[in-house]
Amino acid sequence: MAKKRFLTAFGTGLALVMAVSGASAAGLSDGVLKVGVMTDMSGAYSDLSGPGSVVAAQMAIDDYGGKVLGKKIELTSVDHQNKADIAANKAREWFDTGQVDVIADLPTSSAALAVMEVADQKQKVTLISTGASTKITNDSCTPYNVHWTYDTYALAVGTGKAVVANGGDTWYFITADYAFGHSLEGDTSAVVEASGGKLLGKVRAPFPNTDFSSFLMQAQASGAKIIGLANAGADTINAIKQAKEFGITQNQTLAGLLVFITDINSLGLETSQGMMLTTGFYWDRDDETRAWAKRFRERHKNMPTMGQAGVYSALMHYFKAVDKAGTDDSAAVMKAMKALPINDMFAKDGYIRDDGRMVHDMYLVQVKKPSESKGPWDYYKVLRTIPGDEAYMSLDKSTCKLVKK
Amino acid sequence: MFQVFGIPIQALLGQLLIGLINGSFYAILSLGLAIIFGLLNIINFAHGAQYMLGAFIAWMSLTYLGVNYWVGLILVPLVVGAFGIILERLMLRRLYHLDHLYGLLLTFGLALILEGLFRQLYGVSGLSYPIPDIFQGGVNLGFMFLPYYRAWVIVASLSVCFATWYIIERTKLGSYLRAATENPELLQAFGINVPLMITLTFGYGVALAGFAGVLAAPIYQVTPVMGSNMIIVVFAVVVIGGMGSIFGSIVTGISLGLLEGLTKVFYPEASSLVVFIIMALVLLIRPAGLFGREK
Repeated sequence: MAKKRFLTAFGTGLALVMAVSGASAAGLSDGVLKVGVMTDMSGAYSDLSGPGSVVAAQMAIDDYGGKVLGKKIELTSVDHQNKADIAANKAREWFDTGQVDVIADLPTSSAALAVMEVADQKQKVTLISTGASTKITNDSCTPYNVHWTYDTYALAVGTGKAVVANGGDTWYFITADYAFGHSLEGDTSAVVEASGGKLLGKVRAPFPNTDFSSFLMQAQASGAKIIGLANAGADTINAIKQAKEFGITQNQTLAGLLVFITDINSLGLETSQGMMLTTGFYWDRDDETRAWAKRFRERHKNMPTMGQAGVYSALMHYFKAVDKAGTDDSAAVMKAMKALPINDMFAKDGYIRDDGRMVHDMYLVQVKKPSESKGPWDYYKVLRTIPGDEAYMSLDKSTCKLVKK
Repeated sequence: MFQVFGIPIQALLGQLLIGLINGSFYAILSLGLAIIFGLLNIINFAHGAQYMLGAFIAWMSLTYLGVNYWVGLILVPLVVGAFGIILERLMLRRLYHLDHLYGLLLTFGLALILEGLFRQLYGVSGLSYPIPDIFQGGVNLGFMFLPYYRAWVIVASLSVCFATWYIIERTKLGSYLRAATENPELLQAFGINVPLMITLTFGYGVALAGFAGVLAAPIYQVTPVMGSNMIIVVFAVVVIGGMGSIFGSIVTGISLGLLEGLTKVFYPEASSLVVFIIMALVLLIRPAGLFGREK
């Protein structure tokens, strides 16, 4: 009994000692620059972000030499399970005791917004790559956040405008019934109407959903030329697959409003050919993207999605900014990030606005026919490069409190 | 045009047909669960994972071994059923003397492991299983375009459901099975190998899940989570039909599919809820389920 009590006391003491030494290490500007990748490691978005985003972050650290200002750069990652509460708690823990200086990726808008709020209180930097909502750079904008890869507005402008211009002037939406779906549907409707198109109707499908045949038939009955899919991931995949099965794609065209290259890969070209979509990155665009993607694929089984490429690009820029600012103080780093132009495999002359939007070119692409594809992952034809200033919502429309008007 | 609540009758017919297709999936899955629960008193939470396993094995045998759809339709349920038999022999058997809850926990854990394993191997976006050539295309019924494959799904699953019901309720073998549930010791005294019968019954129930998986593979994306999306609804179907009622699970499966189909027309936002609302109502009014008997 005495021995057991001794062990308990010893253990408690040891734990206390460790806790104290941990705390003292976190006190100063702590001798290490720590990057946290917060992402969906096993859920619906884990193929398009998840482990691939962690790989991209590690590549950025390695490519930067593993050190900044003579300090080591470390990487940690966590599965936020697409839940806002888990994400916010983990972020708080990372900032308070985990020495994390910057959080990257953040798929699922609700989780991204929750983490932004915590990071704002703690004055730490967030680099959102896979989160999509335009709220991130509008009502909920913070001085420590950059929205890197895309947003629902850019997708709507890219795909909506191009499809209407190609004669697809009547639309019917199949919308995932939650914040993201509504936002995507709203942004796209506005663009379609502004470009002279007409909305014939919409149906709000529960999320998640596997059988879309019923909703597809309602879309078919509407007689609209274009069926807009305001959903993502598995929902989009099943909707596209079943649209082909029900012969809908013979007379009507699908417009996938948020499609990642991993979705196309799992659907196959036979099913997805001809579809138009907007993306922030395509690996086979030029020599630089190809070289980077090749290195990525050596470490990860798939080609990079735009979200994963965005994580790499954002972190590289962040490291450069830390070097330039000479400190890891968030305000100084943010100032340097906004001052430096972004020129890498992801963006050419990209820049960060006051609202935190990283403005860069987007690409309108069309999925190739199986006969046009030369091999695995050769999926897109780039139809048009959409200049950054056209792709993203202009600053004077922004509702962000940081934008001076 | 004749309308019902502002919806053209033709559109309604189409939606009902789609409801019937989804209902036949519910029926075949809940039938497997009902057999396993009704005859063996095991709450098999791994049923969804076994359905997923069926779809994946179908995909793997087509992709790696070139096994076509028809062979897969026979072979895959056998493989999945064999997996069920091993599971029963090695693990579930040791839990029979304990509360139901232990079986539930074991199968739930197994479901998570299987799901995790396939997620690790293939990712979550899933894989595409092509529709067999013979079922390419469809027929225009006037009120809707019916893909041949969906028509086949109705035929296949209803025949399997009917055959299963017939074997259990109308044959000598079925009467042994039912006797084994009521009084295993007595039946054993007549020289019948009850443990073997239990193993095979469990295997059959699991094979049904595998069969549904193969049927589903060409329609839905083959993903590690396809089972967990389905299993909750299917459990609700079993509860509504009456735990363990063979006939009840078939009828309830189909009717809930139809009801869900109608909800998708009139109030799509509630279509994923409607099954659970019915479940709550049934539990309030008839706790043993629509076709169940109070014990």
